[in-house]
Amino acid sequence: MDVFFYIAVAIAIFSTIMAISRRNAIHALLYLILSLLAVSVVFYLLSAPFIAALEVIIYAGAIMVLFIFVVMMLNIGLEKSMEKKWLNPRMWIIPSLLAGILLVVLFLALSNVGSLTENKGDILPKQVGISLFSTYLLGVEIAGILLMAGVIGAYHLSSQNKKVTHRFLEKK
Amino acid sequence: MLTIPIETQILFAGILFFLGLIGLLVRRNMIFMLMSIEIMLNSAGLVFIIAGNHWKQPDGQVMFIFILTVAAVEVAIGLALILQVYHHYKTLDADAVNKLRDQNSK
Repeated sequence: MDVFFYIAVAIAIFSTIMAISRRNAIHALLYLILSLLAVSVVFYLLSAPFIAALEVIIYAGAIMVLFIFVVMMLNIGLEKSMEKKWLNPRMWIIPSLLAGILLVVLFLALSNVGSLTENKGDILPKQVGISLFSTYLLGVEIAGILLMAGVIGAYHLSSQNKKVTHRFLEKK
Repeated sequence: MLTIPIETQILFAGILFFLGLIGLLVRRNMIFMLMSIEIMLNSAGLVFIIAGNHWKQPDGQVMFIFILTVAAVEVAIGLALILQVYHHYKTLDADAVNKLRDQNSK
């Protein structure tokens, strides 16, 4: 299993370096999603299958889609023939190659350990849920308040109201 | 099932954290700064998972779920702020937003 860990680590570090050094925001996001997928494989190898699924669904799925929508709204790097550029294989061949390697690693790791429940060392979602809703119940409630504050804050910040100036700053 | 020492695993998380820190310090584009913060939060969660795996306790995964919540809220607020900044300044450069700076001390 160790070799799978090292492959996933190498892909994660490489794609993170690529993500923070790209000029085009969409390319950087592509590499960042790949980095999150590699970290998710690491989570699976660290006997946390539930967290691996959450990483793919919430991080790579939801949060990165938010980023992509904002990049789309701001029209960063607008050029005439964007479509032609995107269809250029040079842009997506490395991320998709590395993602393919990750897929092979995941398949090999799955076939090595058999089914998920047979794996002795795993910390299963049941344990996590029991711990989450008994020991850390207060934390769950605080997280709920935080999420509500986030929703209200994001709504307030993104609402297009007229420019408000403080009365002391108004020009006489 | 992994026979890798915990030091190596934490070293990996540390490398990811410092890559995020470097990205945060080097890039001036606000979208990239927010992405670097995501990388750093993710590596912090990775340390929790490593520790939870080491002691075979579910607490590390519970902490990761909390970090995930914080990251989601932070991204929502941060992107809303970035949209507002872009509407006001027509740029994403973090150095352009300097209204609070003391203009006398250049």
